[in-house]
Amino acid sequence: MNNQPATRDTAKAVARFDITQRLVAKLHNEEAVIGGIGHTNFDLWAAGRRPQNFYMLGSMGLAIPIALGVAIAQPQRKVIALEGDGSLLMMLGCLATVGARQPKNLIMVIMDNGAYEITGGQTTASAQGTDLAAVARATGIASAHWAADEAHFETLIDEALATPGPHLIAARLTSAKPAGQTERDPAQIRDRFMRGLGTKK
Amino acid sequence: MTETTWHGIIHATLKAHDVKLVTYVPDNVLRPLIERIHADDFFTAFTCTREEEAVGIVSGAWMGGMRGVVLMQTSGFATLPNVLASLPVPFQIPVLLIVSERGTLGEFNIGQAMVARTMRPVLDSIAMEHHTLSRLDEVEFITDRSIRQAVATQQPACLILSPLLTGGKVFK
Ligand SMILES: Cc1ncc(C[n+]2csc(CCOP(=O)(O)OP(=O)(O)O)c2C)c(N)n1
Repeated sequence: MNNQPATRDTAKAVARFDITQRLVAKLHNEEAVIGGIGHTNFDLWAAGRRPQNFYMLGSMGLAIPIALGVAIAQPQRKVIALEGDGSLLMMLGCLATVGARQPKNLIMVIMDNGAYEITGGQTTASAQGTDLAAVARATGIASAHWAADEAHFETLIDEALATPGPHLIAARLTSAKPAGQTERDPAQIRDRFMRGLGTKK
Repeated sequence: MTETTWHGIIHATLKAHDVKLVTYVPDNVLRPLIERIHADDFFTAFTCTREEEAVGIVSGAWMGGMRGVVLMQTSGFATLPNVLASLPVPFQIPVLLIVSERGTLGEFNIGQAMVARTMRPVLDSIAMEHHTLSRLDEVEFITDRSIRQAVATQQPACLILSPLLTGGKVFK
């Protein structure tokens, strides 16, 4: 890696399941993780069940808003949103809200495969010029970076977990099938998540 | 209760039930309620870019242990069926919605009037509890009971503020 910050063009394409596993392996403080619709939450599920994981089953685009809500309710806990590029493009305004509120405990990880992969791989605008980390910076999220490769992704996650946010980490992905498929039982997902957060006994 | 305005009563009732988070896309009729809420440190209140986002935030906050409400006008509600039917309803999250009703009783914008007609059919089709507040003497009872029921049954609820209560918005 040279000294220039990575851009979407220079970032190495990494595998979603691999970086999801790397992320989950770093979570030692019951951090909450919200998996967005698409393959993002499938790979979160496949990376191992944690009581602090929440898997969306619809509500496209709401991984960051849901994570922001958890972050507001539990300011001592780090909260991580995993969101696909197609999903974030649907709800770009949520970055403006994060930029305005500056939640210190919120980390956003953007899984940018340049496609709506789960619906057949149709091209997204991020494959055609929209730089989602730059969009985040333009809303006032100063810590918004592209991961240059797997090792750099890990470094960015370490920094995000150790310092006040909001942080946004964008990863350019290879196109790859997810390693599993989330069990679609919403009431159970919510119940486990609340117990994982200590809000239900 | 010593409050004598609809917004005063709703403000006090939200507080009595520890509903602390208020996310909204503004509406002129809601202005006195929004202003009261912002003036009270008890609440965390802010605008969102879309009503869907506002519902997502309140859903997350509920799971994190904080109660919330989303404020919007009728046209904002009309953007929500997908999110309501895929997040608070199936996941059993008691998001409270307060909708200022446009589109009826003196509406001057045909677009608002058409959009408003979609609201109750949508609420009914997803079996979401909803009540229309049209009388000042019923505001406290309906608001109080709706919050209690939403929390106890883990289901979202919607309160519609009729122009009969608020005066609505009229063409001048
Ligand atoms: C409001 C709405 N529009 C469209 C869809 C269909 N849909 C489900 S997932 C998805 C693509 C998500 O793309 P992305 O977030 O990039 O994730 P990926 O599939 O690439 O993992 C689409 C279009 C939907 N569920 N909801």
